[in-house]
Amino acid sequence: MASPIAGGVDCDLHPAVPHLTSLLPYMNDYWRDQVTTRGMTDLISQSYPVNSPISSRPDWRPAQGKPGSGIADLQRQALDPFGTAYGICNPLYGVQMVFSEDMANAFCRALNDWLAKEWLDKDARLRGSIVIPVQSIEKAVAEIERCAADQRFVQVLMLVMGDMPLGKRHYWPIYAAAERLGLPIGIHAGSAYHNPPTSVGWGSYHIEDYVAQAQAFQTQLTSLIVEGVFARHPNLKMVMLESGFTWLPPFLWRLHKFWRGVRMETPWVDRAPLEIVRSNIRFSLQPVDAPPEGDTLNRLFDHMQSDELILFSTDYPHWQFDGDEVLPKGLSADLVRKIMIDNPHATYPRLKA
Amino acid sequence: MNVQLREPPQAAPSTSIKTAIADCDIHPARATKDELYPYLAKRWHSHLETFGVHAYQGMMEGPPYPKAQPNASRRDAYPPEGGPQGSSLSFMQKQHLDPNNVALGVLNPLNTGQGIRNQDLAAAICAAINDWQIEKWTSKDSRLKGSVVVANEDGVSAAAEIRKRAGDKNFVQVLLLSRNVEPLGQRRYWPIYEAAQDAGLPIGVHAFGFGGNPITASGWPSYYIEEMVGHSQCQQTALASLVLEGVFERFPKLKMVMVEAGFGWAPSLAWRLDKVFSKLHAEVPHLKRTPSEYIRDHIWWTTQPMEDPESRDHLFQLIEWIGWDKLLFATDYPHWDYDEPSRVLPAGVSDANRQAFYLDNAKQLYGIS
Repeated sequence: MASPIAGGVDCDLHPAVPHLTSLLPYMNDYWRDQVTTRGMTDLISQSYPVNSPISSRPDWRPAQGKPGSGIADLQRQALDPFGTAYGICNPLYGVQMVFSEDMANAFCRALNDWLAKEWLDKDARLRGSIVIPVQSIEKAVAEIERCAADQRFVQVLMLVMGDMPLGKRHYWPIYAAAERLGLPIGIHAGSAYHNPPTSVGWGSYHIEDYVAQAQAFQTQLTSLIVEGVFARHPNLKMVMLESGFTWLPPFLWRLHKFWRGVRMETPWVDRAPLEIVRSNIRFSLQPVDAPPEGDTLNRLFDHMQSDELILFSTDYPHWQFDGDEVLPKGLSADLVRKIMIDNPHATYPRLKA
Repeated sequence: MNVQLREPPQAAPSTSIKTAIADCDIHPARATKDELYPYLAKRWHSHLETFGVHAYQGMMEGPPYPKAQPNASRRDAYPPEGGPQGSSLSFMQKQHLDPNNVALGVLNPLNTGQGIRNQDLAAAICAAINDWQIEKWTSKDSRLKGSVVVANEDGVSAAAEIRKRAGDKNFVQVLLLSRNVEPLGQRRYWPIYEAAQDAGLPIGVHAFGFGGNPITASGWPSYYIEEMVGHSQCQQTALASLVLEGVFERFPKLKMVMVEAGFGWAPSLAWRLDKVFSKLHAEVPHLKRTPSEYIRDHIWWTTQPMEDPESRDHLFQLIEWIGWDKLLFATDYPHWDYDEPSRVLPAGVSDANRQAFYLDNAKQLYGIS
């Protein structure tokens, strides 16, 4: 195992909303009344219950309540052991699944205010991602602008499986706002379940849904690149969160080959896909989908032809690694420093503020 | 890829290849719309004229994502006697089979009864295509072998068609497509796997197909390039489904070939499956081995479109993770993204691996002496 070094930036922490009622103080009278009168209880974005092994690492599971719902646990289990200087909170709460844009907007506002008050205010190391109501571009942009006034929000958060491919022009006002305000777009594993979670339909098992996240990231990366998002927004960074990254080299070989073959279809893609990824796309470290031996992983880093793509993450409290083995074996000290400190700081300009 | 923009000299390959090869992905086409009618009952002639094929798309002519070239095929592959690319045996022989020294050519007919909603029509067209393969192609050139196409959404009818062709040396595999109504591991498709195993036929799963599902997990993308690159994602999820549903546990002698969807993604998919499986094994207790072991023992891959990294070492490392014994050379003739046989493998491959890659793996898998 490579040793983590102090001062790192953990780019993927998941504070859990205990219950929809936890957000009531952050809603107006109308929405408080809606939640209460209509008997709404919780908005869980995962399709599996809290008992599933992938909900929490066994030794991070609290005696009661949702994993990741207590700040003391997060400090003790995720921040302190790795000497983390900054931890970016990516709340996964089912606001993207809501079909009404008004309801989604009210819940997103409440969620972002809850994050600021109950997490960011309580530990100076924590930073936040702005959760947006993607159901309405106008409302999403307004929410980004509202939250961005607080410099502790360092990113905008979207899910990898939504209603439409993320490169579609429909979403571009979100990207324009993010670029203008110095906010990368974080795209996290997860589905709104508005489309089947695989590109060939509905599978039977949770394990299938989880494996399929990687393929969803691949198609989103294709969409973002070929639609021309980064030709229009060259300074926009996007971070693939909990995506895995060992699929990246062969994915890019294939995309590059077809881009050479049919680039007349998307003439605005003015740089090779590999160059676009190097300048605009980053990936969180966990999960590391590779054999445990270091040799294969070092070859994979060699295939990626860049040591600037990976950002340190624990995916706390989800179960991606055991003990303190957050970094794979055999990484050089130089690469460890880049993954833990240099690459995140180069990606998130607001960490300097 | 082989994109011809200039007017090419017809039938002259750019280089010749001296040793015999297998081409495990050749697409034969019909010269005319009604070429299939002699193999179809009369009622289907008028049905097709009146109601068409009724696919999972609205457009009656052409695919939902317009191809990069007419019929997605090489502009130099139009036969001199007329008809679309791939529709003339004599021109295929002259342009491809003879100069490239193809000893074994596996036919994968597209635009068959697969992906049609009316299952009786689907079964009729598939049976007709199978008869047509024998009469027009395999009986006329012993290098060519057919693929049994089946009404993929109706497992019972598909199994019957496979059993009908079992033991017929004109056929070396059963052909499915990657995109269906459900992921390929689902039980509705198991009669196909059972019949194929009984017949001793591998199943080729070719990229493409439309089953009505959006072709990404986030809906429909905009461009043809997204559909093309996206085949590898569809194939990955289809393969994950086959493994996780326990198809290879239930049918331990079944062999499958992933056709025209790349192979570069295979190691990372297997690693990811194994990693998640280590935590969620209890959800799929019907699996007795790790996902990567099923993949290693049951799956082969055709090469086209060949993985093309800048560094040949990266290609060799990738192939070592998969196994030189698992790759089957293919050109995709006459499609536009055809791989030229003489240019696919970089220098530095041992003679034994080269021989396995170009010919021996295919002969062994398909039982050709």
